[in-house]
Amino acid sequence: MGTGTGIGRVRGLGSAKHGSIHWWRQRVTAAGNLLLVPWFIVSLFRLPSFDYATVAGWMASPLVAVPLVLLTISVFYHLRLGLQVVLEDYVHEEGSKVFCILLLNFYAIGSAALAIFSILKIAFGGVPA
Amino acid sequence: MSRNPGRPLSPHLTVWKWGPAMLVSILHRATGTALAIGGGIAFVWWLVAAASGAEAYDNFLAIATSWFGYLVAVGLTWSFFQHLFSGLRHFVLDTGAGYELKANRIGSILTVVGSIVVTFAIWATVFVKMMGAH
Repeated sequence: MGTGTGIGRVRGLGSAKHGSIHWWRQRVTAAGNLLLVPWFIVSLFRLPSFDYATVAGWMASPLVAVPLVLLTISVFYHLRLGLQVVLEDYVHEEGSKVFCILLLNFYAIGSAALAIFSILKIAFGGVPA
Repeated sequence: MSRNPGRPLSPHLTVWKWGPAMLVSILHRATGTALAIGGGIAFVWWLVAAASGAEAYDNFLAIATSWFGYLVAVGLTWSFFQHLFSGLRHFVLDTGAGYELKANRIGSILTVVGSIVVTFAIWATVFVKMMGAH
């Protein structure tokens, strides 16, 4: 980060072309998680039971499905960024590192896609009678 | 050779002393990794089971409410609150505050105390409710 002008570095035009965006998105998603995960835990706590009809009926509400989708995006983005740093710190061999980060991307994006599809399937299926 | 105990020990491969800040830093990574993998898989499993119908969901629920399921849930609860409190500490440190030795030490200890207290409060409530229901 020793080269280029100050504004160039801020815009992420340095050698890695990323600037501070990784660090910043880690914070933005952390703030998102800070709101959404406690909401999720409290909401689960308030459910009268965890049987299928109760949970599916709860998830079908727009005010539950939408925050759950947002939670999924925020959490899986956050864990992708976090685990990337862990891998970069502990996997030293370049080939293994690239492979591990590839697997991490598949895990984060694949899991988030599965989760979002499942939430929407329940939500669009309507409230069970 | 005598060492002044008031001076910090430099981090060396085998010569170091545990301190709260070091513990919380390691816990932040460990709990983050545990949440990312264990919590991530459990969350997706729960949603996919719910989207697959009542039978798949009941299979999930049977495993989630086994003793092993509760063990994982308690572990994830503690991991989440440790990571959350430690994350809040990072927000404070990001502003440039909280680096004085005493404040830093107290902040570190508070994250551990907080996560244990909240985890205990949540699961004590759950188990008390369960006792009441049966």
